[in-house]
Amino acid sequence: MTENDKALSAKVPSFLDYAPAPESTSVLHLKKHYGLFIDGEFVDGRGDAFSTISPATEKEIASISNANSADVDVAVAAARKAYDRTWSKLSGADRGKYLFRIARLVQERARELAVAESLDNGKPIKESRDVDVPLVAAWFFYYAGWADKLDYAGLGPNPQSLGVAAQVIPWNFPLLMLAWKIAPALAAGNTVVIKPAETTPLSAMIFAEILQQADLPKGVVNIVTGAGDTGHALVNHPDVNKVAFTGSTGVGRAIAKSVAGTGKKVTLELGGKAANIVFDDAPMDQAIEGIVNGIFFNQGHVCCAGSRLLVQENVHDEVVDRLKARLSTLRMGDPLDKNTDIGAINSKAQLDRIRELSDIGEAEGSERWTADCPIPENGFWFAPTIFTNVSTSSRIAREEVFGPVLSVLTFRTPAEAIAKANNTPYGLSAGIWSEKGSRVLAVADKLRAGVIWANTFNRFDPASPFGGYKESGYGREGGRHGLASYLESAGWAAPAVTKGGKK
Amino acid sequence: MTIESAIALAPAERAVNLIGADLTEKSLKLHLEGLPGVDAVGLEQRAAALGTRSIKTTSKAWALDTIVKLIDLTTLEGADTPGKVRSLAAKAVLPDASDASTPQVAAVCVYGDMVPYAAEALGSSWSNGSDNGINVAAVATAFPSGRSSLPIKIMDTKEAVANGADEIDMVIDRGAFLSGKYGVVFDQIVAVKEACRRENGTYAHLKVILETGELNTYDNVRRASWLAILAGGDFIKTSTGKVAPAATLPVTLLMLEVVRDWHLLTGEKIGVKPAGGIRSSKDAIKYLVTVAETVGEEWLQPHLFRFGASSLLNDVLMQRQKLTTGHYSGPDYVTID
Repeated sequence: MTENDKALSAKVPSFLDYAPAPESTSVLHLKKHYGLFIDGEFVDGRGDAFSTISPATEKEIASISNANSADVDVAVAAARKAYDRTWSKLSGADRGKYLFRIARLVQERARELAVAESLDNGKPIKESRDVDVPLVAAWFFYYAGWADKLDYAGLGPNPQSLGVAAQVIPWNFPLLMLAWKIAPALAAGNTVVIKPAETTPLSAMIFAEILQQADLPKGVVNIVTGAGDTGHALVNHPDVNKVAFTGSTGVGRAIAKSVAGTGKKVTLELGGKAANIVFDDAPMDQAIEGIVNGIFFNQGHVCCAGSRLLVQENVHDEVVDRLKARLSTLRMGDPLDKNTDIGAINSKAQLDRIRELSDIGEAEGSERWTADCPIPENGFWFAPTIFTNVSTSSRIAREEVFGPVLSVLTFRTPAEAIAKANNTPYGLSAGIWSEKGSRVLAVADKLRAGVIWANTFNRFDPASPFGGYKESGYGREGGRHGLASYLESAGWAAPAVTKGGKK
Repeated sequence: MTIESAIALAPAERAVNLIGADLTEKSLKLHLEGLPGVDAVGLEQRAAALGTRSIKTTSKAWALDTIVKLIDLTTLEGADTPGKVRSLAAKAVLPDASDASTPQVAAVCVYGDMVPYAAEALGSSWSNGSDNGINVAAVATAFPSGRSSLPIKIMDTKEAVANGADEIDMVIDRGAFLSGKYGVVFDQIVAVKEACRRENGTYAHLKVILETGELNTYDNVRRASWLAILAGGDFIKTSTGKVAPAATLPVTLLMLEVVRDWHLLTGEKIGVKPAGGIRSSKDAIKYLVTVAETVGEEWLQPHLFRFGASSLLNDVLMQRQKLTTGHYSGPDYVTID
């Protein structure tokens, strides 16, 4: 090869360095400032406004109002008024019409919502476009169908709505978690005050515009933005009947304490440390994909992420080698680029926590391997990382990292796999990989987790209930079971009927 | 097991190296059935995910040229005439008369009796067994059904090779494969490979068509791919184009995974050829992405990857024209064959 040839071949870019394919932001018409959405209107909050930034660039996207407890009072009052005067008086069929309308508007504005979500959260556009937003629409469609069929929700005839629901949601799936909360609440006849996470309020603001477009009666859904104080004021408000929270176990525990004895109905969807169990008879190529999807989907910011990989020891080396090869093809970078597989970590605070726990993992003797991918200069990034030689007592095998970090452990027998999988304070989800159906069923039967995936991972459907055991929370969201969190049986309030001696 | 299963199979170097010198129907069966299973849902999900890659601007330009270079420009009709084959050969040499920068295709693929016309029409562009130029590929072994006796399949192959075919696209006996007679299929591939031998001792390249549309399950596709490689195939090819479904992205992904695993195991590089049903540049680009992200970019060369297609070329030419001129011309601005 001559020097000239060398220069030429060095210049030829690799096909795999796909040319940039950024999703256009022209569909997005953002305001400079967003207020609180109370009683059908955007109003300014009384607290100091804060800015929401793009975690990929650290640039400000918009300024957001901050709701203090007085604002929360107004929002709850608006929800109460809407509940008493309109929403509880509407027929199920009419509530369904509004929900169907919202679902269709979400589909119509899908691209705009996806771009906003990726911009604000840092998740890759292919995920917000192909997973988050379609599921949001699916959730509203699903619960729209339930609105006039509540008699069949398993709570006996004519079940009753609860009143005002206070809902606090996390930053990992901002719009999807909003849909999980709002759709069943409205279908069941409740009104809502919801607080999006302070780092990701943007898509909720566009959703508020959709509610205006859908002509949803004023006050049925109120959105208050702010940080922990706002959430605290909301869940502790004396006039809410129901508290629904998705987030960390620490905050969930505090909420459980504060609402104890108040008569508020509570559902908590908290952390997880899911085991993804790979048997030696697994469909290997698909298992590798499933492991990747289990922990690197949404940068690992998934409460049900398969963060503990349990591999049968005789295939451990093969699985780890294949996994490393596969991780080396993941593309990290601009969340708005359609070819990005791994986006930005949502916040500096989260990045610090991931770094801290990873360093502890290394210090505790686990072997660290990180995919060799270029890290952008600005923003918050953490390359896909796996730890091998992890012991069950290691902190990275016990604590929720909530980032793109996988701990690999081994097992010898199915019994050992089950014991290790269950040996966690959490119990949200688990995965099983085996071509043998009887083994899948036998193992699934013994795992103490709310969701168990067989030969797949991180798949969601509005018809399927979701929720955890132990420190992963209580109550179920999704499916018929999700309605039970927002209803009570008609007989509940009138025990006198059975007391009267009548058979 | 029956006595038959103890009969030793024709020796093929790869199979002997991997399974052992006492290769029997039984040892082959155990080997193939011991391969890890394929989860259909997961495979299709992965293929669909690869299909969402967005290939733009410079990457697209490179991809379009690469597709042209990887095409086996094909005509396999009962109504084929020497004239049609000459016209096809001319198009293979100069795909787009309005743009001399368009690369040439990899090969023209015809029935055995058309090989002399194809070779003659390619003229100085014909590779004639060398590494440069356009190859002539011939389908053989009672294509497309494979329903004839082994001696006839061998004759069919020998004739095509004698006529100058640089590559032989053979079909496997799907009936034998589906009834579990892996040894029959194996022996036939070994025999056809031997029939690919030229007088000077070199071999015409052997592509083994699995006809995945008739194999029904992905597990079968994986076993058949592995079987074809063990028996000495240089390429594994999805389909004849005469059976629906022909090439699909999940099937091709699976075959690429087999090729990747074979390479990891032995260091040897096997080619893959999806054929039939790939008509648009957009689809073909999905295949390029799948190749690059599964086995690596190195496979995007004519000796390791081909598209068996006829109408695909014109769509690529129109896309190329669009990239150069900035506007679409239309099907009347490329030649029909």
